[in-house]
Amino acid sequence: MKTSGLNGVMQQTGALCKKSAERFNQFKAWVQLDSANLSDGQQLAVKYFTVAVILFFAQILFGLLAATQFIVPGFLYEILDFSVNRMIHINAMIVWMLYGFIGCVYWFLEEESGTEIIGLKLGRIAFWVLTGAVTLVVLVYLLVQIGPGKDSSIWFINEGREYIEAPRWADIGIVVVMLIFFYNVVATFSKGKWSGIAGVLTLDLVALAGLYLAGMFYMTNITHDQYWWWWVIHLWVEATWEVLVGVIMAWSLMKLLGVKRKIVETWLYIEVALMFGSGILGLGHHYFWIGTPEYWLTIGGFFSALEPIPLVAMVVHAVYDSGSHAFKNGNHPAMAWIIAQAFGNFFGAGVWGFMHTLPQINLYTHGTQWSASHGHLAFFGAYATINIAFFYLAIQHWRGDVWMGRGSQNAWRWKWALGLLNGGVLGMTIALLIAGYEQSFIERAVEGSTWGGYFTAQNHPSFQSAMSWRLFFGGMTFIGFILLVWDLLTIGKGESRKIPELIEM
Amino acid sequence: MSETPLWASESFWKKTAIWVTAGSFLILVVLTFDSLSQTRAGGKRVPSYSVINKKIDYQYDQALHKSMPVIGDNEFLFGKEYTEEEALQLVDLGKKTTQAKNCMNCHTLLGNGAYYAPDLTKAWLDKGWISKEMREEMMVKFLMDPEKNARTFGSNRKMPNLKITEQEAKGIVAFLKWMSSIDTNGFPYNFKTINAEE
Repeated sequence: MKTSGLNGVMQQTGALCKKSAERFNQFKAWVQLDSANLSDGQQLAVKYFTVAVILFFAQILFGLLAATQFIVPGFLYEILDFSVNRMIHINAMIVWMLYGFIGCVYWFLEEESGTEIIGLKLGRIAFWVLTGAVTLVVLVYLLVQIGPGKDSSIWFINEGREYIEAPRWADIGIVVVMLIFFYNVVATFSKGKWSGIAGVLTLDLVALAGLYLAGMFYMTNITHDQYWWWWVIHLWVEATWEVLVGVIMAWSLMKLLGVKRKIVETWLYIEVALMFGSGILGLGHHYFWIGTPEYWLTIGGFFSALEPIPLVAMVVHAVYDSGSHAFKNGNHPAMAWIIAQAFGNFFGAGVWGFMHTLPQINLYTHGTQWSASHGHLAFFGAYATINIAFFYLAIQHWRGDVWMGRGSQNAWRWKWALGLLNGGVLGMTIALLIAGYEQSFIERAVEGSTWGGYFTAQNHPSFQSAMSWRLFFGGMTFIGFILLVWDLLTIGKGESRKIPELIEM
Repeated sequence: MSETPLWASESFWKKTAIWVTAGSFLILVVLTFDSLSQTRAGGKRVPSYSVINKKIDYQYDQALHKSMPVIGDNEFLFGKEYTEEEALQLVDLGKKTTQAKNCMNCHTLLGNGAYYAPDLTKAWLDKGWISKEMREEMMVKFLMDPEKNARTFGSNRKMPNLKITEQEAKGIVAFLKWMSSIDTNGFPYNFKTINAEE
């Protein structure tokens, strides 16, 4: 009896596998993408992009669950609590963006270096190791969630530090995968040719991987804990990630518009100087209230006030290059998302960041929905947009360099996806900003930040309606995402016109 | 064609980028050494863990225009005087528990975290614990069974049961008491503690 039961299960599993394989083949036949168009590195890149899109979906899904809990607090109570949803929301975001960046680098590595990728086999293994680890981490987040107050919880369940919650074993795995990625990049450039882009990329990756180590230690002293924690978070998203985006943007502008290498590389150096010159010491704006010395009020306030300058420079750069090439390009969606990046980065990271960065105002806004407002527009504007732009560049090449400019079929899809995603995120940003203003006034300035004050602000009608609007715009973002995926899968299908050879000018 | 002026040349900006980055990073490293030594537990800004044996308050300083932690006479936690080593162990258990239970994805600590539940920076001093006599017991009970001892302030938001043991709960209370003694440059502003007279 027992064996036949087991046989039954085996048979069912076999049938299920067969059916899934059939479905997958049907799907492949439907999308009509020919991988013969891709180089070896690009084939690895599209694997990274695929996982990135899946995690982007997870980010939005868990964001919607958490947003619902603000309005219906009993929703999924003690099943998937706010803390779990919110953690997956922000972790999925960090990881999908990293997947996107890594994918971009693998995409252009061969072309930029002029040779094949060294150690690509290892790179492929690293992809599967990383993806397996991410899956396992998420499953533990969902099913185990929390542990006792012991080291084992921090090693195997959850480190409990916002943004870098991944347990310690996964941290070590991430570092190993990053080292393999780094090896691919450096060995390939060393064998082929170095360029300005290659140099900046390599140094930036050293910093990016090295900084992660700062977040891998447990400390009882919470001031020291948060001190190093910000080293990772801030120096990633407000310094090394921005430079990485500068690199990807530089390459994309050459590819898309035919901008001269000398121009993009000069701009890249300017951006690095301005970004690191303001961003490294701008770290100080996280050291106002965590127990660190008073001089950070001055240093952090001053340098973080300068942080928007490189972002202005990037807008000038993007708009200037687009204008000087009269917007002539064969990939309108990618171009539109690049413009969205330039402005989104400037407004989200620059303006929204500057609005509450000086200590005189930050005393009241720190730890309110102000930060959430800034976070939504900045991460989307600076990083989601450039990844999406690159997805369009990649899919175009995958389709065989078909025309995706003027007069393309079904162009409404990418336009609506662009509109809904940007409109949705902007709507959430404004709703959260209103909630943040209300909290700063009522909870902080008037009530003095007590628990009573906190809840007085949370129960206020203007806060409550802001949360409803946030959920509404979250839904809009979700619809935009669905449309984006549909468009990415179908754009250029049946298009026979090719993009013309680019003339560098 | 005219020559590219120095300020627009690639090599000028390359050098500038390198020098600016290296210089900023060097300054950050120097400041990091200084900040870490100024904030070690037992220093002026971050008291030693045995501060849990003392009365802690947070009072507005007219001259400084901000609130400052005030460490007073003995006021034992759970009726016991802890040695430095015992205090470290208890606070450490509390800190580790706050990480293992993922507190930071609902609450903020020192203002950092998520915004679904109140800030914990000065939670030890909050008026929500009604009176100093009831505080310790209320906190431990609440942490162990937040659903039954819910304190929702009319929001319907309840902390879930995180299976916190009694020892872990005591650790968290010790951690919160210690954290409330850190000099946070006047954050949060205008906070009225449980010690303040109505």
